Amino acid sequence: MSAHTLDVRRLLCPMPVIRTQNKVNELQAGDTLVVSCTDPGVLNDIPAWCRINGHKILSTKEHDDEIIIEVEVC
Amino acid sequence: MSKQYKAAALISGGLDSLLAAKVMLEQGIHVEGINFYTGFCVEGHTAAIRKKHQDKAKRNNALWSAEQLGIKLHIVDIVEEYKDVLINPKHGYGANMNPCLDCKIFMVKKAKQWIEENDFDFIITGEVMGQRPMSQRKEVMPVVVNESGAGDILLRPLCAKNLPKTRPEIEGWVDRDKLLAFHGRNRKPQMALAKEFGFEDYAAPAGGCCFLTDENYSTKLVDLWQARSSRDYEMDDIMLLKIGRHLRPKPYFKLIVGREEGENKFMQGYTKTYTNIKTVSHAGPLCLIDGPADKDDLLFAAQMVARYSQGKNEDNVILSINQPNAEPYEVSVKPLAASEIKQEWHV
Ligand code: SF4
Repeated sequence: MSAHTLDVRRLLCPMPVIRTQNKVNELQAGDTLVVSCTDPGVLNDIPAWCRINGHKILSTKEHDDEIIIEVEVC
Repeated sequence: MSKQYKAAALISGGLDSLLAAKVMLEQGIHVEGINFYTGFCVEGHTAAIRKKHQDKAKRNNALWSAEQLGIKLHIVDIVEEYKDVLINPKHGYGANMNPCLDCKIFMVKKAKQWIEENDFDFIITGEVMGQRPMSQRKEVMPVVVNESGAGDILLRPLCAKNLPKTRPEIEGWVDRDKLLAFHGRNRKPQMALAKEFGFEDYAAPAGGCCFLTDENYSTKLVDLWQARSSRDYEMDDIMLLKIGRHLRPKPYFKLIVGREEGENKFMQGYTKTYTNIKTVSHAGPLCLIDGPADKDDLLFAAQMVARYSQGKNEDNVILSINQPNAEPYEVSVKPLAASEIKQEWHV
């Protein structure tokens, strides 16, 4: 189990989801990924992508214009 | 136990691909979705750059479709490879800069690669014969089959009964009798089927998924190519074509002027790479300069930007001019009169 980060700030949806997907596909079950984003669309899209593909959202934080989403690979 | 066959469904986010996938699921086929991102896809989020749209529900329709269907969705970034499709379409463009037929061929070809890599049996699309003037005419349905290399493993469940049998039908992987014979531009059968399946709130029935079918967007793309004497683009270019007011006072440079707070904020992300002009003495828009403008050009551009600021009726407006790798400087200018901004500068 290891922790990973991904910076997709400034990218517009669906790019943050694509990058998250591609990164998650390289990881193992139990790994975590913290994704830093700026497009508010991710608040919908990353959780939707996780639901569809069976991964878990551990937390979502909004701070100034930045959104941090933590995903657990399942 | 008989084998469960696997199909990759091209999911655009529209109703037809949603229905096509559902028809296959109803036949017990294992379906997973593939959604291709060309860079030109219209997403609710791009509209959300503009503040006035921010209260609209933001969703990615392809993800939404997959969730309704209960299938996995693989979103594939084809931005780089798509350039060749758009720049050199063998079959030409549609009403605007949409190379729909080449685009379809390319996507099916990519889907074929994907199913080979992922051990799937066939490909499905939501195409309906005769529905779209360019890419879904009766004569071109076999063109996609042949030029994509998919051959008889490309099944279009919504109009399969109007087409020759494909391998999944011949081999009995799917029941042809339960496939459909939709054709033409009438969308009522799709809407009735959506109702039967209990789908509500699906994305606008036809078109509208791609900026290349938009006349204004296409005009800006052609203008960009003409100005650069080269039919090429980068991701930043195609994003910026979606937003702001574009004005080209000289052939070699243009201004992209934010129209509201949401756009200004988004454009802020480009200020490290683009020369930009900001109003200092009055509230006003952010302006990015695209192209090699010299000092005089920038002074003139500042007068134009001042026109769109709250100081438009003043004698002097102070603006800062910021260039990558150079010291920013301020200028004080008289805003251009509305009549001095020529109509033909608007791209
Ligand atoms: S509208 Fe045409 S060019 Fe755009 S994605 Fe659809 S098929 Fe491709």
